[in-house]
Amino acid sequence: MSKGVLVDVTRCIDCKSCMVACKVWNDLPSRKTEFSNDLDAGSLNSDTYTVVNNSISENGDEVIWRFVKRQCMHCLEPACESACFTHSFVKTKEGAVIYKPTVLDQDYCVGCRYCMIACPFDIPAFQWEKAFPYVEKCTFCYDRTQQGLQTACAQACPTGTLQFGEREELLAEAWQRINNNPKYIKHVYGEKEYGGTSWLYISDVPFAQLGFKTEVFNRPVTEKAIPSLTWQVLKWTPFIFVGWGALLTAMRAYTKRRATVHNEEELYGPVDPKE
Amino acid sequence: MYGRNWSFRITWFRILMIIFVLIAAAAALYRFVYGLGAITNLSDEWPWGLWIGFDLLCGIALAGGGFSTALVVHVLHKDKYLPIARAALLTSLLGYIIAMVSLFLDIGRWFNFWRPFFYWGFHSVLFEVFWCISIYTTIQVLEFGDIFFEKVKFPALKKILGYLMTPLLILGIILPSLHQSSLGSLYIVAIDKLYPLWWSMLIPFFFVWSAFFLGPAMVTVEGTLAARAYGRDPELPVFQSLTKMTMWMMIIYFIVKMIDLNYRGVFGMAFNGSYESNMFLIEMIVFILLPIFMYAIPSIRTKLWGVVTASLLVVVGVVFNRMNVVFTGMAKSVGGSYFPSIWEFLITIGMWSALALAYLFIVENFSILPKEEHTHSTHTNYGTGFQA
Ligand code: SF4
Ligand code: SF4
Ligand code: SF4
Repeated sequence: MSKGVLVDVTRCIDCKSCMVACKVWNDLPSRKTEFSNDLDAGSLNSDTYTVVNNSISENGDEVIWRFVKRQCMHCLEPACESACFTHSFVKTKEGAVIYKPTVLDQDYCVGCRYCMIACPFDIPAFQWEKAFPYVEKCTFCYDRTQQGLQTACAQACPTGTLQFGEREELLAEAWQRINNNPKYIKHVYGEKEYGGTSWLYISDVPFAQLGFKTEVFNRPVTEKAIPSLTWQVLKWTPFIFVGWGALLTAMRAYTKRRATVHNEEELYGPVDPKE
Repeated sequence: MYGRNWSFRITWFRILMIIFVLIAAAAALYRFVYGLGAITNLSDEWPWGLWIGFDLLCGIALAGGGFSTALVVHVLHKDKYLPIARAALLTSLLGYIIAMVSLFLDIGRWFNFWRPFFYWGFHSVLFEVFWCISIYTTIQVLEFGDIFFEKVKFPALKKILGYLMTPLLILGIILPSLHQSSLGSLYIVAIDKLYPLWWSMLIPFFFVWSAFFLGPAMVTVEGTLAARAYGRDPELPVFQSLTKMTMWMMIIYFIVKMIDLNYRGVFGMAFNGSYESNMFLIEMIVFILLPIFMYAIPSIRTKLWGVVTASLLVVVGVVFNRMNVVFTGMAKSVGGSYFPSIWEFLITIGMWSALALAYLFIVENFSILPKEEHTHSTHTNYGTGFQA
């Protein structure tokens, strides 16, 4: 069964326990941060699988603070998996999208970073400073969930913002909360975006205002799974190969009858640079 | 023909290029030991930079002359283009080698480079690109072997190659057609990242089509350069008769582009005044429409300067298009900024210098360019000031 996490943005108090738990469980080094006025936790990087960032907006006189945890969304049909030509990313049946070199010790990744171009949420991060870098991102605590535990971040969350469970059940739960309480926006982020994701978000502030990717270039983000788009083109490859090959062979044979034979050795010669 | 002697004239310009190659080699070594972060300005926002955008994508596109010429000469048997066939093959081969080298430089875990041969991520566009480019480079080396063994006598091998030539030639057109288009398909995944003026489900068509019409233009430009460098007569009649094909292909390209923009309802974005729209307009007007007109007007087309200028616009235009896809079109959605570091530039310069040196060495030692009828064409109407 496919797991998921429901993130209820209305409950988050910005304690950043999940960030700490994630670092501790995954044994990730800390990076020096700089204080800034907005108390932002910065961006994801190869040592940081998750961050909680602030979103401040105004509604009339009221200032609205919300805190949004960000990590890999664990897409149902991940673009990163489809992009990787060594198949180093896999969507497991449990729902986690894992990177084989670090999670399973299957080191095929060549470090081409096409997965980073492909991910619609800009999640995978590269160990730029290493001589032999890996790609890093949230593992959905695959090692924990395999043993029946919940993710480290969900376990650490004191407010119930992060709820770990079956994706189907969480989705039902999300809609129940939305329908029972008018404060929620009538949208579950991750239900349909890019074909759906294992992590789901609900909120009382419009998602765009929170910095979620809801619109690009003045149109809503696509609900098609990205791998299906690529496949629409890629599936023609064998046919083009055979068809184009047959056509070329036929044309060559046809025009050859009329062609005169050349002795190419007579036609060309080396250039004498001394001239 | 002067037997089996090898010769390579040394000029100051060539020494300068050799120095560039040495600097690049040292920088590359440093990069292999200390990693990409040590010498590049790449980041999580900009995972691909100059080496992929320029050296790989443009190197491969510029090598498009190889397969379009092969198609015209060896499949359609249009013999009047024979004089440029070998030069086109050579440039193409060198372009692919540049692309392979820059890919190798760019991948972080380079010792794993052979993995995609064994671990099949066949749902990846990159998988197709990787296979096609590797096999096609091999094929070009074999095709070149035919020329190589004219000089280095080895009749048995040359005979085997002779038998293989037809299938090699056919494969040598199919494979580049496939991967030139898949270099475009690489960006289909960037559906919500690449600016809609460039993103399209038709991007594979645009890439392969432009690589194809770029071919003759590239042959014209490099043919003129080689002619200047060696004080020979440029193959003006050949260049001219190539223009018709290029012109029609560009017209089709332009029409499909317009239909595609309209169909996706983003035509208006070309005029919204944004940075992207301006770059797009430059691409279309200066690098597509202008050369079409230059090719269409006989009094321009029949002059050497006219055909060379128009061809140069086509070549630069395709490079400009690739740059727009990799950089301009992605900038808004990925955020952050990227400008290549000095080392990225130096390595790039070194690679292209190596290409130029290899080209010079090969044409001076192998039968690539057509023999001149009268070897002493002392009068070339564009001067001989430039000595490569
Ligand atoms: S969010 Fe990005 S990295 Fe995570 S599964 Fe989806 S495509 Fe892959
Ligand atoms: S960087 Fe590694 S994981 Fe990402 S696409 Fe390339 S080979 Fe696959
Ligand atoms: S699921 Fe695990 S790896 Fe992912 S953010 Fe939570 S603690 Fe970190």
